[in-house]
Amino acid sequence: MGKITLRNVQKRFGEAVVIPSLDLDIEDGEFVVFVGPSGCGKSTLLRLIAGLEDVSDGQILIDGRNATEMPPAKRGLAMVFQSYALYPHMTVRKNIAFPLKMAKMDRAEIDRRVDNAARVLNLTNYLDRRPGQLSGGQRQRVAIGRAIVREPAAFLFDEPLSNLDAALRVNMRLEITELHQSLKTTMIYVTHDQVEAMTMADKIVVLNAGRIEQVGSPLTLYRSPANLFVAGFIGSPKMNLIAGPEAASRGATTIGIRPEHLDISRDGGEWPGEVGVSEHLGSDTFLHVHVKGMPTLTVRAGGEFGVHHGDRVWLTPQPDKIHRFGPDGRAI
Amino acid sequence: MSRRITARRTLIVTLAAWTVGFLIFFPILWTVLISFKSEGDAIKAPFAMLMSDWTFASYEQVQTRSNYSRHFMNSVVISLGSTLVALAIAIPAAWAMAFVPGKRTKDVLMWMLSTKMMPAVGVLIPLYLLFRDLGLLDTRTGLVIVLTLINLPIVIWMLYTYFKEIPGEILEAARMDGATLRSEILYILTPMAVPGIASTLLLNVILAWNEAFWTLQLTTSRAAPLTQFIASYSSPEGLFYAKLSAASTMAIAPILILGWFSQKQLVRGLTFGAVK
Repeated sequence: MGKITLRNVQKRFGEAVVIPSLDLDIEDGEFVVFVGPSGCGKSTLLRLIAGLEDVSDGQILIDGRNATEMPPAKRGLAMVFQSYALYPHMTVRKNIAFPLKMAKMDRAEIDRRVDNAARVLNLTNYLDRRPGQLSGGQRQRVAIGRAIVREPAAFLFDEPLSNLDAALRVNMRLEITELHQSLKTTMIYVTHDQVEAMTMADKIVVLNAGRIEQVGSPLTLYRSPANLFVAGFIGSPKMNLIAGPEAASRGATTIGIRPEHLDISRDGGEWPGEVGVSEHLGSDTFLHVHVKGMPTLTVRAGGEFGVHHGDRVWLTPQPDKIHRFGPDGRAI
Repeated sequence: MSRRITARRTLIVTLAAWTVGFLIFFPILWTVLISFKSEGDAIKAPFAMLMSDWTFASYEQVQTRSNYSRHFMNSVVISLGSTLVALAIAIPAAWAMAFVPGKRTKDVLMWMLSTKMMPAVGVLIPLYLLFRDLGLLDTRTGLVIVLTLINLPIVIWMLYTYFKEIPGEILEAARMDGATLRSEILYILTPMAVPGIASTLLLNVILAWNEAFWTLQLTTSRAAPLTQFIASYSSPEGLFYAKLSAASTMAIAPILILGWFSQKQLVRGLTFGAVK
């Protein structure tokens, strides 16, 4: 079981308010991703759930029990740190066995679980090595191994992939997702990388300045962002946000249109413009188009769309894909 | 051109290092040399002294006149005892200051260090009277207590700086893994800080071994360590350079050997690879 409930949780460091007040329900077995820009309080929130920081006010319930005052060890949660935080003086086997040893489990059971975890994570040949003799990806797997042997109520991941190189990151992303599918344990995952958030999450929690901007499935956030912040944060490249007469004519203060929802043509359309920088990625081409009276618009065109700097083009937004936002920044 | 300058600089630096090293070592060397001379030769001019005959006579006399092994055992018990007690107090103290610092942690550290600035003789009489009333005069227990208190600030400071180097996330990981505070300090912090704790231990043993103010003031015979053993040869009876030197050599030899053999261990780092 791993249902986690936050009730009016607040966190202050002296005078600085990091989390003003926050409510959140995490269901058993869910993969929840906290995402937001750096300094938005996502790591602090995770550490509050872990018990590594004290809550200034409010309650944290784990499976219905009040865990607000519980020490980290008693909460039944396992955490994977950004730096892996392996014990450098212990072998891989001892690292993975440490939480079981702390739980005073008997030797045979410890060995059985460690061997099992090592097999799942492809670490069997490295059990007698020390962390210093492992690569980054292997260290990451040891950290995950140390978490899974405990069979915790929930896993907490604090930006676990940010120290890995790009190729390894994609691999580990898949491995963690697969792990979630086989264990079906609640996972809370903190990242600033929205690709990780979109690909891994059942539910994304978008945080900004300690507040929840929106909670929803990846596609819900993509299709109907609740406000300008989420609209600008989710999606890559970013949504084009246009204020002024063009927005007013559609009954909004700001309108948003994603690069992939702008049709581009050389012959005619709604907004005439001039091509600035074009980025050819092979599969896609991203064009930055200057349209009079608007900020530079990013457009996603086909991979082989051949245009040059200074070419004249017309853009037409797909009418059902236009997001409208009111004066308070909320979606209309 | 540049290579020659580098070579010359290396030569100068090497010579300077050897000179400084020799200057520091010279008094010990001179003491050892004198200890192998007769009393008559020992007070001769340096060159004549060096040219005179070598003899073990001083060592033999020191052996017969006083009980080396008792003083030695007292020194061992007092220096090791005070060091272990100091470590037992300092490890949790340094843990608290390194990993759960408060607003006043820096002030506390400075205050502890400031106690070392006070001249020891300033508290001699109160402490002496206290020891007399508590029956601690001339006891090993008494000296262990005094030397623990005297060296505690340095021990805490050294451990604090070593502990600061250990990433806090590793201790947090241990806490998440279910470690109690005791297991966290015992299984994670202490093994990771072994090089630091070892060098603190060694330095403190040396300081306690050589401590000559309190050991001379608070002991006479039963608990007298090697400092008393040396001092007994610089008595009003007159100058006995050779015997004094022999006693000194015998007193410093154990600690010198200990230092020599533990050099390597002190510099070995264990924390590499913990955090990328």
